[in-house]
Amino acid sequence: MLQTLLRHRLLWPSITLLLLLAVNAAFNPGFWQLQWRDGHLYGSVIDILNRAAPLALVAMGMTLVIATRGIDISVGAVVAIAAAVAALMIGGELVVKDGVQTHVSRFPMGLAIAAALAVAAFCGLWNGLLVARVGMQPIIATLILMVAGRGIAQLLTGGQIITVYYAPFFYLGNGFLLGLPFAVFIAAAVWLVLHLLMTRTALGLFIQAIGINPAAARLAGLQERLITVCVYVFCGLAAGVAGLVISSNVKSADGNNAGMLMELDAILAVTLGGTALTGGRFSLAGSVLGALIIQTLTSTIYSIGVPPEINMVVKAAVVFVVMLLQSAEFRAALRGWVVRSGNQRS
Amino acid sequence: MTSAPVLEARGLTRRFTGVLALSGVDFRLFAGEVHAVMGQNGAGKSTLIKLLTGVYPADAGELRLGGVPVHPTSPAAAQRLGISTVYQEVNLCPNLSVAENIFAGRYPRKGAAGLWRIDWQRMHVQARALLARLNLEIDVTRLLASYPVAVQQMVAIARALSVEAKVLILDEPTSSLDEEEVNRLFGVLRQLRSDGMAILFVTHFFEQMYAISDRITVLRNGELVGEYLKADLPPAALITAMVGRELSAAVGRNDNPEIAAGAPLLEARGFGRRGQLQPLDLTLRRGEVVGVGGLLGSGRTELARLLFGLERCDSGSLFIEGQPVRFDNPVQAIRQGLALCPEERKHDGIVAELSVRENIVLALQARLGLWRYLSRARQQEIADRFVHALSIKTADIETPIALLSGGNQQKAVLARWLATEPRLLILDEPTRGIDVAAKQEVMNQILVLARSGLAVLFISSEMDEVVRVSDRIVVLRDRAKVGELPGNSSEQAVYHLIASGT
Amino acid sequence: MKTARIDSRYVPLLGTIAVFLLTAGYGSFAYPSFFSAQVFLNLLIDNAFLCIVGVGMTFVILSGGIDLSVGSVIALTTMVSAALVEQQHWSAAQAIPLVLVLGAGFGALMGWLIQRFKLQPFIVTLAGMFLARGLCYLISIDSISITDSAYTSIAQARLPLWSDGASITVGALLALAVLAFGIWLAHATEFGRTVYAIGGSEASALLMGLPVARTTVLVYTFSGLCSALAGVVFTFYMLSGYGLHAVGLELDAIAAVVIGGTLLSGGVGYVFGTLFGVLILGIIQTLIAFDGSLSSWWTRIVIGALLLVFCLLQRAFESRR
Repeated sequence: MLQTLLRHRLLWPSITLLLLLAVNAAFNPGFWQLQWRDGHLYGSVIDILNRAAPLALVAMGMTLVIATRGIDISVGAVVAIAAAVAALMIGGELVVKDGVQTHVSRFPMGLAIAAALAVAAFCGLWNGLLVARVGMQPIIATLILMVAGRGIAQLLTGGQIITVYYAPFFYLGNGFLLGLPFAVFIAAAVWLVLHLLMTRTALGLFIQAIGINPAAARLAGLQERLITVCVYVFCGLAAGVAGLVISSNVKSADGNNAGMLMELDAILAVTLGGTALTGGRFSLAGSVLGALIIQTLTSTIYSIGVPPEINMVVKAAVVFVVMLLQSAEFRAALRGWVVRSGNQRS
Repeated sequence: MTSAPVLEARGLTRRFTGVLALSGVDFRLFAGEVHAVMGQNGAGKSTLIKLLTGVYPADAGELRLGGVPVHPTSPAAAQRLGISTVYQEVNLCPNLSVAENIFAGRYPRKGAAGLWRIDWQRMHVQARALLARLNLEIDVTRLLASYPVAVQQMVAIARALSVEAKVLILDEPTSSLDEEEVNRLFGVLRQLRSDGMAILFVTHFFEQMYAISDRITVLRNGELVGEYLKADLPPAALITAMVGRELSAAVGRNDNPEIAAGAPLLEARGFGRRGQLQPLDLTLRRGEVVGVGGLLGSGRTELARLLFGLERCDSGSLFIEGQPVRFDNPVQAIRQGLALCPEERKHDGIVAELSVRENIVLALQARLGLWRYLSRARQQEIADRFVHALSIKTADIETPIALLSGGNQQKAVLARWLATEPRLLILDEPTRGIDVAAKQEVMNQILVLARSGLAVLFISSEMDEVVRVSDRIVVLRDRAKVGELPGNSSEQAVYHLIASGT
Repeated sequence: MKTARIDSRYVPLLGTIAVFLLTAGYGSFAYPSFFSAQVFLNLLIDNAFLCIVGVGMTFVILSGGIDLSVGSVIALTTMVSAALVEQQHWSAAQAIPLVLVLGAGFGALMGWLIQRFKLQPFIVTLAGMFLARGLCYLISIDSISITDSAYTSIAQARLPLWSDGASITVGALLALAVLAFGIWLAHATEFGRTVYAIGGSEASALLMGLPVARTTVLVYTFSGLCSALAGVVFTFYMLSGYGLHAVGLELDAIAAVVIGGTLLSGGVGYVFGTLFGVLILGIIQTLIAFDGSLSSWWTRIVIGALLLVFCLLQRAFESRR
């Protein structure tokens, strides 16, 4: 039992998370406190869960792409586009209905959400086709959308921050269900759907096979192109959902800044969660843990009293360490140094 | 001929994680001679080349160049010593010009302050002069990629000349050349030989080897079989030396080959691909085991890949049960009931980090598609069935396949294809790296499958296996089909056909 | 009869120049005040730092790699310069060499990691991007204005070119100098040719005995140096140090290099082309500004579209070969 626990893929991410939480609690005595206020739970931990939800969503989509040896750096732009589409379609005007001032959305909210998700999925399709059919390198194919997509988001919002005045929409990012933030439920639902897709259909098996050995996968009769396109579509969709949650949370859509630098955090979350950048075996749960780690890191840095800007430096350091550990040459060199110093000592 | 060898190796040994690739090999290369190295798969030819050219260090033994011991630690070092290599893939940079490729790393310079400035003028003049020595007159300022492989090889040779190499090693230089280009290359080699160059020539092509070589060294299983002068080693003797056993004159056990009746399952007419396989005809019937006999490099794997859709044929046609088909990818071939167990287990076969179970059900699942996912229970059932049937030794079916021994990995890949219940199974070296008992199991399994109605195309370098189990033997040589023999032929007969080519 | 055939390797570059001339022609046709010397000079003046970074990026991409840290190194350079000059009271002559060494060192570190441990360039330089910007914020969250006289006078300096008031800045001159140096480096030195060789086939370059390891490290060092130099020019331009400077510039640099005809797979391309890539990006921005009706974010969309077109052309070019 202990053996399986020790060898479990989620071991190191879990330990890291617990460590960070412990450090946080050490500096912040009221860290673990939970209060019941205004009909829901309230506390630092709840905060972390809430803020990590969008990143977890994007990270899950990114996990699948990375598992097929790809990358998608356009997710930040897709987040902004989805947010912009939803905000535009909902808008929110103040009208008087039956003598009461209520907000009315321009289009039915369901339609707006569906449209935003459709656009996000289309962005993913675009990326997938460039990679699978045209044969472009993933970093370049997604770079194009990263550049142009930001412009599209700004075009949609007219460079302004579009404020949404429609209470039902705020529920996505601000609402609470059973005391916990609704965003967490959204992330959990997406996780569930993806998990079921990966384990109840052949998709998980196929993605891993393609990532581990594309030549063997091709020979075994896998339709890599189709699967590659699917994977990028999922990534786009996940980014779309994240965009909805974020815009709901801040009650607005900011074409300039929404999702900025999110792709980097997402890649970091995926790597922290144990999925290698070289593709192959992946862990959706690991990526969710990775997102939590990043969010807890931000919170920890804040509670220690260190300027939050050091966040970026710490993230860079973490990426370097994880990268090096995943490199076979580094591990070989490390072994060599350890052996040599051992020899010197004896 | 000449006195002391230019390059001499004694007792060269090299081990790769437990496998003894080369063991105590002696080798002599004389100036003004073309020396061929021959051997089957695993004989150690490529290891020998890599040791001579500094890609790997030798674990034991010594190397002497002009009598002086040398230890090249890298290709660059070997080059500096005067050992130049022209590889099969012409390892030059296609995006640079011809002149640049010749002089890369050793550009002629000019300029007082600039010991840094490259003297392009002088480089072009010198490049042209070098190529003239090879009777080649081309525009040296054009990109290397704009010339065919034959010319690119000449450029590689010119590069070797520019470093004033004493030893020129050519590793499979003729694989992508047509007859005229081969003759031109040989003309150049003969000229270099008369200029006193020591040339080491590695090839699979019998005819060519006999046409150009003066001396032949035969390797087998990492050991030296012998060094012979060409005149002393006729083809039959060469084959014996390479294969290493007294070739059995006994008739194959299959002495009542079932000549399967009925319409052919697969028929290939004039089927081939330029540069890989000469157009050939092939017929396969249900219940038949057709063996493909030939030496390494004769085109056996190319045939398998073409039939399975991994490469596109550019001549001829293919019929499955009388219907014309065209396979542009494996998915189409699999849908028609074909299956291919590949030669390169590690590269094309196993998906390393996945479990034995996942590897076994992979092809079947691929054919079923995304949605008809085999339940875990069903997967386990299938995997268990084949683990039992093929006696795959594994702790359990969840073990990552990479941890299994080579032989058991091979069985798992075979299981993968058997699970798809194909109509035609192509087996490319299915018994390579498997222990004797396992080999026997696999062979028996093949017979059982054939008797149950499966058509089997069986490719193996172990001629005794091919002869033992086949109903018919298609013989390949130098990428072309030279004939067919009935299943009860002896090994000798097959090798005779290969050697004579008629 | 011998028809003059353009060597196929120059086709991408000629294509880029053609695009530039077309857009310039369109601009001159559509807007009367477009066709003036100063407008064209401004293309170079306003994008001098992009041009300098582009030269460094060209070498990196030619070697088959990528450098995502350039924008952040520019920001770091501005921040360090501003902090040293305004807070530590260093002179320009002391600060500038230091930041150049810093930039080169940063690049060298990334190059060493990439080469020694066979790491993927995009992730190493991505981490470098994080690191550089983080270091920026460590020095100061807010922007630091530069009031040092040396900087302001250089920033305002204008070299008159010909009589009708056209002038050029120090930054633009530096850009032209770096461009010329880059062209020389690429064509006349062993380093430059080795970069091309590595981009063409790293395995072959190794077998040919070329100094692949050393060249890889030097390529990223050069890119870091260019980023730092561009940062110096940027400092003259903005007269402040700020962590939010040059966000997204690396993408513009990559776009300029690709539009300039350099293949992303490496081994093919000319430094000269990057100049035109930069000018095309500049012209798009100018055209959009002249038009007035199009919002400025159309720039991003057009750049993305151009990048797409050039990438598709590159794929077609590659598959035909």
